Amino acid sequence: MSDSQLSATRAPSAGVSLFHYASPQTFFPLAGKLLWPSWIAAVALTLAGLYTGFFIAPTDATQGDSYRIIFIHVPAAWMSMVVYLAMAFWCAVGLVFNTRLSFMMSSALAPTGALWAFVALWTGALWGKPTWGTYWAWDARMTSELILFFLYCGYMALQAAIDDPRRADRAGALIAIVGAVNVPIIYFSVKWWNTLHQGASVSLTQSPSMASTMLTGMLLMALAAWAYTIAVALMRVRAIMIERERQTDWVRQLATGETKA
Amino acid sequence: MNWESASDFWHMGGYGFYVWGSYAVTAVLLAFEVWAVARRGRLARVRVARDVAVERMDERRREPT
Amino acid sequence: MIGVFLSVMRRDLLLAWRRRSDMLTTLGFFLLVTSLFPLGVGPEPEQLSHIASGVMWVAALLATLLSVQRLFESDEADGTLEQMLLSVEPLAVIVLAKVCAYWLLTGLPLVVMAPLIALQFNLTPDETLIACATLLIGSPTLSLLGAVGASLTLGLRGGGALIALLVLPLYAPLLIFGAGAVDAWRAGLGVQSHFALLGACLLVALAVCPLASAAALRIAQD
Repeated sequence: MSDSQLSATRAPSAGVSLFHYASPQTFFPLAGKLLWPSWIAAVALTLAGLYTGFFIAPTDATQGDSYRIIFIHVPAAWMSMVVYLAMAFWCAVGLVFNTRLSFMMSSALAPTGALWAFVALWTGALWGKPTWGTYWAWDARMTSELILFFLYCGYMALQAAIDDPRRADRAGALIAIVGAVNVPIIYFSVKWWNTLHQGASVSLTQSPSMASTMLTGMLLMALAAWAYTIAVALMRVRAIMIERERQTDWVRQLATGETKA
Repeated sequence: MNWESASDFWHMGGYGFYVWGSYAVTAVLLAFEVWAVARRGRLARVRVARDVAVERMDERRREPT
Repeated sequence: MIGVFLSVMRRDLLLAWRRRSDMLTTLGFFLLVTSLFPLGVGPEPEQLSHIASGVMWVAALLATLLSVQRLFESDEADGTLEQMLLSVEPLAVIVLAKVCAYWLLTGLPLVVMAPLIALQFNLTPDETLIACATLLIGSPTLSLLGAVGASLTLGLRGGGALIALLVLPLYAPLLIFGAGAVDAWRAGLGVQSHFALLGACLLVALAVCPLASAAALRIAQD
């Protein structure tokens, strides 16, 4: 409670609208309202994307039908990076403005980001076998993705190891930001290392003549992944809010059904 | 239309194992995540409600009637 | 500020000198791990010289990781850390002094021992020199990044495995630049870029890590 009051008094009148939603109590119903539209968008976009991907997009001339893994592989890889950046962003906001909600947001995003990184690795391996003849190649992107997955694991393990939520938030924020600074360096170094060892000079780059229907399918699936990530992160952040604020009046009223949200 | 029949669709031009292996695992993982998050939210609410109920019972007991 | 830096460093060196065995343990670990590799992959000189720099670097990473988690432990136990946090002097400078002392005690001995391992792994004198030079420039960065991990995990259960999970992904670029130099030399390519990148990493780490580590200590002791 004191946190939200503080931020409300600190913010000038123009900034009230922004800081208004920075308190868990006001954000909780807002997240609830956003939840259903996100789910509907996720399901609709997934269906549209799968239909385009499997029934409209033609078979690839060189890769045959194995290329259809792209419709989850590429969106998953994108999301794993976007979610890490979003996580680091919320951590930075939390450290600068001292808002509890930002930290809750970043810890709500982490498991989904790790999931996307894992999906990207898994589908990459299954795509690699028919295309390169091996499940795993020390390709620059796959290696960076693996390290990204470890960065997620480190963030979550650190948060899980600290009992005091305040310390867990801040310590996690620090490692997330240090990791975000390192991600480009890691990607560059792995790419560089990869060019020195010519052995694994396989490239995931698509042939230039990628049919536009393939691209449409991929973009639809990417949007679906966005919608899914938003929906599941909102759901998780609501759960985290209840867990963390269980002593406050608004959560107690909510849990006993005395207010609706 | 790309596929002659349903079995053609599942066969996926000989790449069925890889394509469906990718999609199935992804679907299972996402479904599990949604289930786990929903469960976490439900349990959190139940726990708070239980705590509140226990507290109120204590209060009632302490009051002289 | 320089006074604080020097006095903290002197103190740490003195304390370590009184407990010399701790320092030797890390060194022993480094030598032992590298000696295990020939037993595992076979004694062919050709193959050994091929993996030498990678093995040396991985062993150096692990040796740093094992010892760095104790960087702030004794200070926390005897209350010195609290005094450091309350001190008017910038905490980052104190941390930097501690890391410098730590590097002199564990990083430098590894560099000095490296030629011995290069000998075991059948490296030529040129290659030995390059491997040692990469370790000389790279190991301070390892210590600096390790200090961030150590301050984040200070006093946590499962600290050892946790610090590995946090810090090892960040070590990946260093491993690539460091261990790659000998390979590049053997392939007849220049090694300047490797040293330039290692140096750049060191400068960035020098600028960022003491601050990050100081922030982490404040969070931990809040």
